[in-house]
Amino acid sequence: MTVQPKIDTSPAVSDEIRKTTCYMCACRCGINVHLKSGKVSYIEGNRDHPINKGVLCAKGASGIMQVTAPSRLRAPLRRVGPRGSGAFEEISWDEALELAVSWMKPLRETAPEKLAFFTGRDQSQSFTGWWAQAFGTPNYAAHGGFCSVNMAAGGIYTIGGAFWEFGQPDWERTKLFILFGVAEDHDSNPIKIGLGKLKARGARVIGVNPIRTGYNAVADDWLGITPGTDGLLILSLIHCLLVAGKVDLEYLAKFTNAPLLVVEDGPEKGLILKNAESQPFVIDRRTGAPAPWDGKGVQPDLGAVYQGNRTVFQHMAERYLSPDYAPEAVADRCGIPAARIHALAAELARVAFDEAIEINQSWTDFRGDFHATMPGRPVSFHAMRGISAHSNGFQTARALHLLQIVLGTVEVPGGYRLKPPYPKPMEAHPTPHFVSVPGKPLSGPHLGYVRGPENLALKEDGSPARIDKAFSWENPFSAHGLMHMLIPNAHAGDPYRIDTLFLYMANMAWNSSMNTSKVLEMLTDQEDSGAYVIPRIIYSDAYASEMVAYADLILPDTTYLERHDCISLLDRPISEPDAAGDSIRWPVVEPDRDVRPFQSVLLDLGARLGLAPMVKEDGSPRYRDYADYIVNHIRRPGVGPLIGFRGDGTAEGRGDANPDQMARYIENGGFYQAHVPQEAAFYKPWNAAYQDWAVATSFYESPQPYLFSIWSEPMRKFQMAAEGLGPYQPPDHLRAQLKQAMDPLPIWYSPYAEDGFSVHALTQRPMDMYHSWGSQNAWLRQIRGTNFLYVPTKIWTEQGFREGDYARVSSSNGEIVVPVAHMAALNDNTVWTWNAIGKRKAAWALDDGASEAQTGFLMNHLISELKAGPGRVANSDPVTGQAAWFDLRVKIERVGPKAQSEPAFAPIPRVVPQGRDRA
Amino acid sequence: MTCLPVTTQKKLGLAIDLDTCVGCQACVTACKGWNDQGYGAPLSDQSPYGAEPSGTFLNRVHSYAVQPIDGLAQTINFPRSCLHCEDAPCVPVCPTGASYKRAEDGIVLVNEDACIGCGLCAWACPYGAREMDAAAGVMKKCTLCVDRIYNENLPEEDREPACVRGCPTGARHFGDFADPDSKVSRLSAERGGYALMPDLGTKPVNRYLPPRKKDQRSEASVLAPLLDIRASGFAGWLDRVLGKI
Amino acid sequence: MHPAPSVILFSVLSGAGFGLLAYLGFGFVHLYGWLAFLWWGLGYGLAIIGLFASTFHLGNPWRAWRAFSQWRSSWLSREAWASVATLLSCAPMALSDWLSLDLPRSFGVLGGVCALITVFTTAMIYTQIKAVPRWHHWITPLMFLTFALTGGAILAGQNGLAQLLCGLLLGVMLAVYRIGDGQFARRAQTLGSATGLGVIGEVTVFEQAHTAGNYLLREMIYVVGRRHAVKLRGIALVLATGVPAVLLLLPGIWGAGLAAVCHLIGALAARWLFFAEAEHVVGLYYGKR
Ligand SMILES: Nc1nc2c(c(=O)[nH]1)N[C@H]1C(S)=C(S)[C@@H](COP(=O)(O)OP(=O)(O)OC[C@H]3O[C@@H](n4cnc5c(=O)[nH]c(N)nc54)[C@H](O)[C@@H]3O)O[C@H]1N2
Ligand SMILES: Nc1nc2c(c(=O)[nH]1)N[C@H]1C(S)=C(S)[C@@H](COP(=O)(O)OP(=O)(O)OC[C@H]3O[C@@H](n4cnc5c(=O)[nH]c(N)nc54)[C@H](O)[C@@H]3O)O[C@H]1N2
Ligand code: SF4
Ligand code: SF4
Ligand code: SF4
Ligand code: SF4
Ligand code: SF4
Ligand SMILES: [Mo]
Repeated sequence: MTVQPKIDTSPAVSDEIRKTTCYMCACRCGINVHLKSGKVSYIEGNRDHPINKGVLCAKGASGIMQVTAPSRLRAPLRRVGPRGSGAFEEISWDEALELAVSWMKPLRETAPEKLAFFTGRDQSQSFTGWWAQAFGTPNYAAHGGFCSVNMAAGGIYTIGGAFWEFGQPDWERTKLFILFGVAEDHDSNPIKIGLGKLKARGARVIGVNPIRTGYNAVADDWLGITPGTDGLLILSLIHCLLVAGKVDLEYLAKFTNAPLLVVEDGPEKGLILKNAESQPFVIDRRTGAPAPWDGKGVQPDLGAVYQGNRTVFQHMAERYLSPDYAPEAVADRCGIPAARIHALAAELARVAFDEAIEINQSWTDFRGDFHATMPGRPVSFHAMRGISAHSNGFQTARALHLLQIVLGTVEVPGGYRLKPPYPKPMEAHPTPHFVSVPGKPLSGPHLGYVRGPENLALKEDGSPARIDKAFSWENPFSAHGLMHMLIPNAHAGDPYRIDTLFLYMANMAWNSSMNTSKVLEMLTDQEDSGAYVIPRIIYSDAYASEMVAYADLILPDTTYLERHDCISLLDRPISEPDAAGDSIRWPVVEPDRDVRPFQSVLLDLGARLGLAPMVKEDGSPRYRDYADYIVNHIRRPGVGPLIGFRGDGTAEGRGDANPDQMARYIENGGFYQAHVPQEAAFYKPWNAAYQDWAVATSFYESPQPYLFSIWSEPMRKFQMAAEGLGPYQPPDHLRAQLKQAMDPLPIWYSPYAEDGFSVHALTQRPMDMYHSWGSQNAWLRQIRGTNFLYVPTKIWTEQGFREGDYARVSSSNGEIVVPVAHMAALNDNTVWTWNAIGKRKAAWALDDGASEAQTGFLMNHLISELKAGPGRVANSDPVTGQAAWFDLRVKIERVGPKAQSEPAFAPIPRVVPQGRDRA
Repeated sequence: MTCLPVTTQKKLGLAIDLDTCVGCQACVTACKGWNDQGYGAPLSDQSPYGAEPSGTFLNRVHSYAVQPIDGLAQTINFPRSCLHCEDAPCVPVCPTGASYKRAEDGIVLVNEDACIGCGLCAWACPYGAREMDAAAGVMKKCTLCVDRIYNENLPEEDREPACVRGCPTGARHFGDFADPDSKVSRLSAERGGYALMPDLGTKPVNRYLPPRKKDQRSEASVLAPLLDIRASGFAGWLDRVLGKI
Repeated sequence: MHPAPSVILFSVLSGAGFGLLAYLGFGFVHLYGWLAFLWWGLGYGLAIIGLFASTFHLGNPWRAWRAFSQWRSSWLSREAWASVATLLSCAPMALSDWLSLDLPRSFGVLGGVCALITVFTTAMIYTQIKAVPRWHHWITPLMFLTFALTGGAILAGQNGLAQLLCGLLLGVMLAVYRIGDGQFARRAQTLGSATGLGVIGEVTVFEQAHTAGNYLLREMIYVVGRRHAVKLRGIALVLATGVPAVLLLLPGIWGAGLAAVCHLIGALAARWLFFAEAEHVVGLYYGKR
């Protein structure tokens, strides 16, 4: 016998570990970057990090391929040929910045609104927004409008917090978890970690989704719902619970506006009845008399009638008890048998009420009432774009929150928990600001929450003040703007023309636009004079994306391991229900190209433009770079981008700028956590200890306890206006839409659809790809280098499809010809594909023949940005302007085998050489 | 020597929970990342940005459709890597002795310095767990991260395979199947862990924990109405509900 | 399985070469002087070219010497030993025939036995692979040996015997196809059993693990068109057995020469099919065979 070879089982792993934050997607996991001889050798998750606790997703673990991708831009570029021709010349940073200033300065001095600054999924929106505000343009937003503003706004207006990544189930305690319309979400790793915990405990998971993959594949039970009908299903569940009396009355009475009174008649009809001090009030069950809503010991009466005005509870119960919401009445439309809806309602009630739990922790509520324990209802929900990316998504999100509320399961043990700085009532958010004056900063922050028609961003003549028509009658609660309407509106000059489109990190010439083929035309369209209809486009990307070819000036960004970033509590932080958290990125390696971090470039531009907050009194730049800003910027007294290590290094939340702060973050693994005290862990909106802690940690200036909004007064105000009441009146063509959509109680209406197209067409996020930017990754593109249209058994057999076939898929907007594959675990009337796998030939430094560009395809060509009919009405939710991606309906026919998807675009001219070998 | 050890002191391996695996592919790239710079030659990629990329991976995650006789179709994700078979057919076929099974812990390894790249071991493996690296010309396979699990340069808690450490759902478990009290043995016993193609006589060490039964709701359960709303009207309902407080 | 040209060439040429060496060793042909040199040389040449060709498919051919080390467990290693043993043990007889040294025939018999053992070891490399059911059967070594003996007989000018062997080979090949076609099914492995998910229901591939290609797909999963295969089988049968048997009726060296070429082409086709039609169980995981 020869001896077994001796191997070194303890090799040195690396020379050094640098801890920073991942940015292969917006989940913001902590990573340990291993370096060997100064080069990145290995990336793993940071075990101490609150978001990912050591794990990484497929993208995160292949970040090394992102940092070395051949598609990285190398130097600033100026367009020299026709737009879209790809003729660029490399220029110096000084030239680039001076060119940008020469375009922007005159605009600032004459018509700041002619600069539209929109950003993609960056994580510095509080910074970019601040810059745009200083510039003075009203035209700023990030990607939220086409992403999930329905989810955000539906949550904020109802419970003062949202799904998205702003809250999470109580993974440790929940016994029944129901997931609506989620393939991946921003909280990628936290959701996976959470699901893993449920699975380890054997807790029950139910997936509501037309498609059974990923999270829904591991769900114990699957409801393959018909797209766009979740609201109906949810309201039917509420119906069943009400009929059986299985609702949490105490929770409703104490923590929601259910006991408030609704004005029954007159000019204030439908508003919440107020007392002489303009305060809403309740009827105290002990006395039968009006009492302050927040009075100590008050026991609000849900069944009260006061001077003919009934409580919200009665309005709600009356509506949903209606047989219109009985399972038997909704089953067909939802594609779910009535028996299953009954069974689900029964299961919800059983777990919420018969299996209730309790934590031995006393607390005191905002009324001053003491509670010896924290009771909990171990049912939890999570939802994302599956309900949000429909034109009835805002109301559906509200309906889901209502379901949680009637079960008494928000902010209780075992239920859904918000992450600081949430909960935060709508009233604590700013209203939108839009008044722009040449040479001056904007009147206030751009984005906010509208309380009534008086807050709309309208000009004197009633026309929209913003290029995307956010906060107009068309979509009053568009809290994140409407990025998907930016290019179409700018092209149409509706509501007005702009001069310079300034885009950051958004592939608007491809996967992030609706109606991509048309958008490409809009970007290159010329006036008779030969001038471009959209005169100037400045773009910052880090890679050779499809969008790069359509810009006039390219400001090449660094990759995520080469720059400072700030994941701030002023923005989208890394909090957990038990701790507020923020984090940074820092350059763990130096760029080897002539690129600069975009945020630092923005500060430089600001200084060159002389924007007040970016220059000192002597006109010199106030901030050396973004790192300097992160540490030294003061937003409100004592409050800056980061909450940790402030002042002398021990202050948390509030404190002076600390020059040592960045070093302390790096030392701490790149993040900071401020822990919620135990007595404040649940019932946060009403928990006095939480409120005090939140004030101390800088989330608000004074305690802000509030009631959940079952009845939404801001919505009713718009509905009243549509009914002709009040001084602010909508244009007539929007009255009907507003009357329906702005119902103060959650409702369901059929999502927008066109006749003749009966099959629902969806996209899903693959867990191993981030939108368009994963395909340049040598490892990831081997996993998912092309996509198919998945077709359910019914359509597969009807059409006689065979393996290798293509299908012509058409909508009212156009057609695509794409490869098909069969899928049985799919709603009968739905087809789908993975999002953003299809690529333009030669983009991303890939070979012209890359499968992504050959057989891969985009669904976006089929999706119109406008609804059919007169006027240019956005294909969006009428409440929030949320892009209605998933309302898409199509027709399908078999075309047999083919080798190339259509439309097949010509190769895009290369701005970097084609990638050959891996680094 | 490519004769298999008669027994091994430990039987290290993985328990993979198919009830939990969401098919995220994290273990695939975690494995690629670690092994690209760890044990032996890097895991090369050919034409990585070209029309037909191809590369070496030691772990791949499949996705299957399963149609029960009556019931809804399911999707089941299925990671596949070396099972560190007790009676590994890949070992004795190796002409050079490069392929071997460690006597101390049962890990099946390739000594790349001795491998001639004949490919025979890959033919012998029924599970497709071996891939010849096209750049190095040597056989690559899952090493069970032998350069991690005993690595004194790593903190104790990190001495587990890269794919296990990285799996976001915790669907992968690492341990000693020879010890009936180990986490993996207990999990496997509780959840009915099974081996792949046992009839081939390879005696895999790795176990798959089967998906739990799905779509088992009782359609019979219906909430009893409080009272007949039609008869008593909304007012009756309200009284009845509120009377419960 | 991927039909690698180097391996096909190797096994066919060296098979025929070793077959020829066997006949020469056993003394079926009595040749002396340069004619002996030529014939032994042909046997050696074929065997060595074949062996050489086989190193082409190695990832690291310069380490090939290591393949001698594992004769206790590995058929490939045994083959290495056996072929060297054959080449060495045939040498005395070859020299003797060439230089008229008149060594006893038992030297040649030893060489001949070694040659046949070599062919057997080659066959066992495939036969032992349980994961390829088509190969995993006693008919595989029988087929390899019959090919070697038939090819050897033609090359050795044993026309009558060769014709008989052509007939035998025809029978063996038919048996190989017959048995081989049922082998995978007899294993009773399906995607359901391979994954263990068959207990839930019928298992099919929803998505491949990677959309890109890989070694396994290239090496183990080679799908030949059915019609293609049937045609090729016919060609292989006719060229390897029928035509040579007829050609051998022609008088003189030309008949034998043509028969040999024809037989070898047929053998190459048969060997191509031997690989191309062999299905590895790993294909199940890919929903392919
Ligand atoms: N059909 C369909 N279309 C959709 C959706 C859908 O569900 N279906 N979803 C929509 C949604 S929700 C979203 S959020 C959008 C996303 O769409 P996009 O926001 O366009 O997403 P990406 O493709 O990720 O493009 C972002 C751009 O940022 C660049 N980038 C990456 N890293 C950096 C960096 O560090 N710095 C800079 N400056 N640039 C960088 C990338 O190269 C890329 O060009 O897609 C939308 N489009
Ligand atoms: N890996 C990865 N992670 C990402 C991203 C990525 O590109 N890749 N993108 C990030 C971004 S920008 C976003 S916005 C989030 C989005 O994360 P998700 O909200 O998970 O978004 P989608 O992948 O669009 O998935 C939408 C899901 O809703 C389902 N669905 C569609 N219509 C309906 C319906 O009417 N009812 C129900 N119940 N379900 C429906 C679809 O089948 C799909 O499963 O993911 C983020 N995380
Ligand atoms: S989810 Fe993945 S890509 Fe996103 S930040 Fe975390 S590790 Fe990175
Ligand atoms: S990382 Fe875990 S959940 Fe993801 S594919 Fe691998 S085993 Fe499955
Ligand atoms: S799985 Fe394959 S490679 Fe691994 S030990 Fe078993 S036979 Fe060998
Ligand atoms: S490829 Fe290497 S390890 Fe495998 S059998 Fe050949 S020599 Fe042995
Ligand atoms: S144990 Fe290590 S080598 Fe094996 S699959 Fe996991 S990461 Fe890869
Ligand atoms: Mo998004």
